[in-house]
Amino acid sequence: MRRALFQLTVLLSAPVTAWAQEQEKQPPPEFSAGYQPPTITIPGPRAELFSYLDIAILFGVLCLASYLVLKKRSRSDLRVLVVFSLLYFGFYRYGCVCAVGSIQNVTFAISNHNYALPLVVGAFFLLPLLFALFFGRVFCAAACPLGAIQDVVAQRPRRVPLWLEHSLGLIPYLYLGAAILFAATGSAFLICEYDPFISLFRLGGKVEIVTFGAVLLLLGIVVGRPYCRFLCPYGVLLRWLAPFARWRVTITPAECVQCHLCADACPFGAINPPTPAESRSRRSEERKRLAVLILLLPLLALGTGWLGYRSSPLLARMNPTVSLAERVWLEERGRVSGTTETSAAFRNLGQPNEWLYQQAAGIRKQFDTGAWLLGAWVGLVIGWKLIALSLRRQRTDYEADPAACLACARCYQSCPVEHLRLPPLAGEFYEGPA
Amino acid sequence: MAEPSGKKSRREFIAEGIRTGGLVAVSGALGSLATRAHSGGTVWQIDPHKCVQCEKCATECVVSPSAVKCVHAYAMCGYCRLCFGVFKDKRTGNTTTAENHRCPTDAIKRTFVEDPYYEMYIDEPLCIGCALCVQGCERFGNGSLFLQIRHDRCVNCNQCAIANVCPAQAIVRVPASQPYLLKTVG
Ligand code: SF4
Ligand code: SF4
Ligand code: SF4
Ligand code: SF4
Ligand code: SF4
Repeated sequence: MRRALFQLTVLLSAPVTAWAQEQEKQPPPEFSAGYQPPTITIPGPRAELFSYLDIAILFGVLCLASYLVLKKRSRSDLRVLVVFSLLYFGFYRYGCVCAVGSIQNVTFAISNHNYALPLVVGAFFLLPLLFALFFGRVFCAAACPLGAIQDVVAQRPRRVPLWLEHSLGLIPYLYLGAAILFAATGSAFLICEYDPFISLFRLGGKVEIVTFGAVLLLLGIVVGRPYCRFLCPYGVLLRWLAPFARWRVTITPAECVQCHLCADACPFGAINPPTPAESRSRRSEERKRLAVLILLLPLLALGTGWLGYRSSPLLARMNPTVSLAERVWLEERGRVSGTTETSAAFRNLGQPNEWLYQQAAGIRKQFDTGAWLLGAWVGLVIGWKLIALSLRRQRTDYEADPAACLACARCYQSCPVEHLRLPPLAGEFYEGPA
Repeated sequence: MAEPSGKKSRREFIAEGIRTGGLVAVSGALGSLATRAHSGGTVWQIDPHKCVQCEKCATECVVSPSAVKCVHAYAMCGYCRLCFGVFKDKRTGNTTTAENHRCPTDAIKRTFVEDPYYEMYIDEPLCIGCALCVQGCERFGNGSLFLQIRHDRCVNCNQCAIANVCPAQAIVRVPASQPYLLKTVG
């Protein structure tokens, strides 16, 4: 019945379409008087010069942040820089392009030879990583607009339970993997699509995303920087590099006097307590567990890789070309009636269906490999997390975890040795959790 | 701190190597990006031959009103008295009254050139990029009206929000040095 109806509409609409196509185009008139048609204006995009300015400003902010955090150790000066970045990179530059999103451009440029990576995007991707290698995550401290807006609202941070911190901390790795898969296959720029704060910078956007951003900001009042800690895929790269930093945040400017006053100073849970002295028997037990985990790691990666491979058709369907091809195929077989907006648009182009199927097959193949890798990646991340949890490093003092520390300089004020360093009465107010 | 100094220095040595490597790699990469052609990057543009005038361009752009505007290729235009970009396709009665205008914001102005020709002109600040006029011109006219992303308004999102939803996949990256895909005669 449905089918018949569809054919009926096709039949009825046929003469109309034919009529429209038969319509003679009006020949452009020949005017008697000297009529000059207006020319089409083509205003150009933002001049390239400004993108060099953006790079210079990013570089300047990174240098200044390194100086303020590591040398001057001044939270109040750093705060000014945070506000500047929020205004410039956030509200003035509409938060685009940012280091976090640049991951996708880099991936896309590697997988797609028609896309040349613009210099400014390359600089936004690489400079923060380079600075992390030398000074820790100073980019997160004061340059990142996403971090800045969360930093401003982090007023009453509470400690997140350790188990929750560790489990939620896995999400950025998964997000990074997914973002790379979707960018490499040219399917979507997930990080941009789900950027929670960009609609705030642009003062407008989709309702769902605005809500997501608002929720994160509200949450950010009591949980310090939730996006940075539990979502940000660029943070993963910074995490890897920051531990190699030559100069990094030390809570105390000189000798630690073991007062333990800084224990709760970090709003982002980045301060590790000293480890208790371990007995010999416990150590050997831990070593055994570690050996088992390391042996299990490849098996785990293989298992999750296989799961990823199985979910490849599902993931591939999120690619617009693949989902269009499936729809057109169903229509061709008469399994569905009517057309969607998308399939109608495709038919309008007059390309043969086979061409579309071929495109889709190519993308599906990419997804097969990509989903394997994504799955294996998930397994590796989970396995590595378990290993890292049993690899306890010995600490005698409270120390800032170089991977997790966002170099915000808040904890300095909790250290009595720091107050000795500062001239009397010139000290700033302690900003840590109440 | 409790670590033996030998271990410490070895770790420091590796870190030193990684840092130097990183510095060299980053300078090399940035240098090659800067000296390569097309380092100016890309912008988004609508391929007018793919666009099916779905009206999403008016609502999905992150700037409001939309950075997408109607553009007129005068060389293709028939200068019709009854322009179906300007007027709704009623074929009886008084068709040229204001309530019969197609454009919701009255952004298309027409001026008399000579009998029987009129010039159609887009008042860009009023245009919201809804493509209704383009529909009319495509279906019944010469197809000289079409949509383009105007780069004085577009903020060049890393991922164009309209491209995400465009049913025709008509929004593509183009080199910033050639930022328009204009319709021409032929
Ligand atoms: S963790 Fe990510 S979002 Fe947060 S400041 Fe760093 S780069 Fe920005
Ligand atoms: S500087 Fe101190 S308070 Fe700030 S993130 Fe690092 S450890 Fe936490
Ligand atoms: S969304 Fe795509 S098809 Fe719709 S009007 Fe815009 S360019 Fe045309
Ligand atoms: S009909 Fe829509 S696209 Fe055409 S001029 Fe008016 S607002 Fe612009
Ligand atoms: S790139 Fe952004 S501003 Fe430009 S047309 Fe697309 S959504 Fe609008």
